[in-house]
Amino acid sequence: MSRVRVATPLGLHIPGTSVVHRAPAGLKLALLAALGTVVAFVREPLPALGLLGFVAATWLLARLPLRALRQVRGVAVLLVALGAFRWWAAGPGAAVGMVAGLSAVVLAAAVVTATTPTDEIVAVLVRGLRALARVPLLGRVVVPESFALAVALVLRTVPTLLDVAQGARDAARARGVRGPRAWLLPTLLRTVGHAVRTGEAIHARGLLDTARTS
Amino acid sequence: MGGTAVPPTGVLELDGAGVAVVDGEGGTRTLLHPTTLTLSERRVAVVGANGSGKSTLVRLLDGLLTPTTGAVRVHGLDTRRDGARVRGLVGLLFADPEAQLLMPTPLEDVALSLRHLPRRERTERATELLVDVGLGGHLHQPVATLSGGQKQLLALTSVLAAEPAVLLADEPTTLLDLRWKAHVEALLDALPQQVVTVTHDLEAAARAERVVVVDGGRIVADGSPAAALATYRDLMAGLPPELAARDAR
Repeated sequence: MSRVRVATPLGLHIPGTSVVHRAPAGLKLALLAALGTVVAFVREPLPALGLLGFVAATWLLARLPLRALRQVRGVAVLLVALGAFRWWAAGPGAAVGMVAGLSAVVLAAAVVTATTPTDEIVAVLVRGLRALARVPLLGRVVVPESFALAVALVLRTVPTLLDVAQGARDAARARGVRGPRAWLLPTLLRTVGHAVRTGEAIHARGLLDTARTS
Repeated sequence: MGGTAVPPTGVLELDGAGVAVVDGEGGTRTLLHPTTLTLSERRVAVVGANGSGKSTLVRLLDGLLTPTTGAVRVHGLDTRRDGARVRGLVGLLFADPEAQLLMPTPLEDVALSLRHLPRRERTERATELLVDVGLGGHLHQPVATLSGGQKQLLALTSVLAAEPAVLLADEPTTLLDLRWKAHVEALLDALPQQVVTVTHDLEAAARAERVVVVDGGRIVADGSPAAALATYRDLMAGLPPELAARDAR
């Protein structure tokens, strides 16, 4: 059966058939980790710009649309602020080096999440944790399945909580009340209610029983 | 649905089981007075006003709540001592699937119920079950983007994937439109499992073999749908107690 995927409300995965999409999730995550390590040691602007160029080429190779850049908008603002501070503190070369290096990592993370289904990323992380769980002592604290469930629950819950917040905001507006105080408390209370019901569902589906007996 | 074998109808027992909780003022509030009840019928409906204790009753049967007095047994297993085995026998379908669905996509959610199987087999079986119920085109769609009816159908599929012997459904069609309500009811009616449904829908309750009426944390009627629902209608005639008290003042 063909695997038809759609972008999640988190805007992470964008289906495609490019070579970057088809690359194994483990390889992409390993390259991302390697890039992050290299960037930590790069101070000069030219090598940093080279890395950014390489990642940008990967973006083009993956044929990702510009809308995929939306997920890094918030970080971009932060990078500009950091760059300005670095310029003031250490000069333009250091600022360009730092901003280009960090931009390369952020863009690479966006490429990985946009070209890799979430469950594949989680599966790779769980495989890594399984290896860690075999280490004496660590095995007692590292439970890969619980980690996978926690990540899945986060991904599942974020859109629900966005809906909860939107509902509370709409209710406040409908009653002519504006400002965050009108919707923050209802959102918080409904979020707690949702958490309680999710806990019941976890219990009812026997997941706690499995965790205790495994 | 899903081609499960017909499980034998077992016995669900409340043996003087009651639930009391500490209220906000340090006192106790009784959610369910000590109740003795034996359910062996294949279709049981539980009806009652909001806050009457219906949901407490089904949560006792699933072992989600343990009784503060008495005992609850499912197929002879005490829910306090054998909670994990009871939850293996019993599936619980919530009114609101939003909290019940734990995974980001339908395929992953159904696969979660099949976690005892090897990965490949789990995926194949989950796909098969979703195709069977008509959700084959939504295997990888984010759960958040499904309609309310599709979510409830998915929640039911996930619960049934674990092949429970008993299904407890807590107002399973309350949030659904007429078309989805009819569809989910038809699926529930066709199940081979013993099904205990909490409902405000008297038409659905009338199709059960036995109806239990709960009011103020007590069972006030229990028997054939005709007799029990007549009692319930009488009980519900007039104003809710809070409004009646206000009018009396």
